[in-house]
Amino acid sequence: MIRLTTETFDPGAELTRFCAGRTESGAVASFVGIARGEGGAATALELEAYPGFTEAEIGKMVEAATARFSLHDALVIHRHGAIAPGEPIVMVATAASHRREAFEACDCLMDYLKSRAPFWKKEHGPAGARWVEPTARDLDDIARWD
Amino acid sequence: MRVLLFGRLGDLAGWRERSFEPAPASLFALKALIAGLDAALGEALNGPGVQAAVNRAIVRGDVALAASAEVAFLPPMSGG
Repeated sequence: MIRLTTETFDPGAELTRFCAGRTESGAVASFVGIARGEGGAATALELEAYPGFTEAEIGKMVEAATARFSLHDALVIHRHGAIAPGEPIVMVATAASHRREAFEACDCLMDYLKSRAPFWKKEHGPAGARWVEPTARDLDDIARWD
Repeated sequence: MRVLLFGRLGDLAGWRERSFEPAPASLFALKALIAGLDAALGEALNGPGVQAAVNRAIVRGDVALAASAEVAFLPPMSGG
């Protein structure tokens, strides 16, 4: 399931729901990304999405990861709009028969979201605002899966 | 024709959505029209990592555009 939301969410409750009733999965891995305050240098994040297109593009990637890692299920929750430090920005959870596939699919989906999913991220702080683009590290990370 | 700008392109242009009538017949004609109105934006649309989507599908190179098309210009993406 893919969900874009402008509201904050409860990662623990989402994970509980995702795990419920899984008598055959055996493995669930999850990741939660949280907005950093950067010691006061970042007062808010603003994420822009392209409604319709963003969900469809993430959907294609989830479909590819499901086939590649033999997933039983995947959950992607992603915020857009204004996000305060300490709030969750993104959550990915993956279910598979065994842990290796679940871990790797979660890692792969997060690398994809960081540098190829249609979001544009602006960091606001006392020194002004700047658009954040993928770092060299983000690009190296996603290249591991190509 | 509906044209959408995302991320830094929207800040640079001072608009994020605009309608172009009469609609240019191709993507390159649309870019030329925009460059004529705003040279800095025209240059940014051809800058590194900027992609175009027509009716919510990424396109490469020049493509014909219907008058009802939705064209979006997408700078490098970053989520998470």
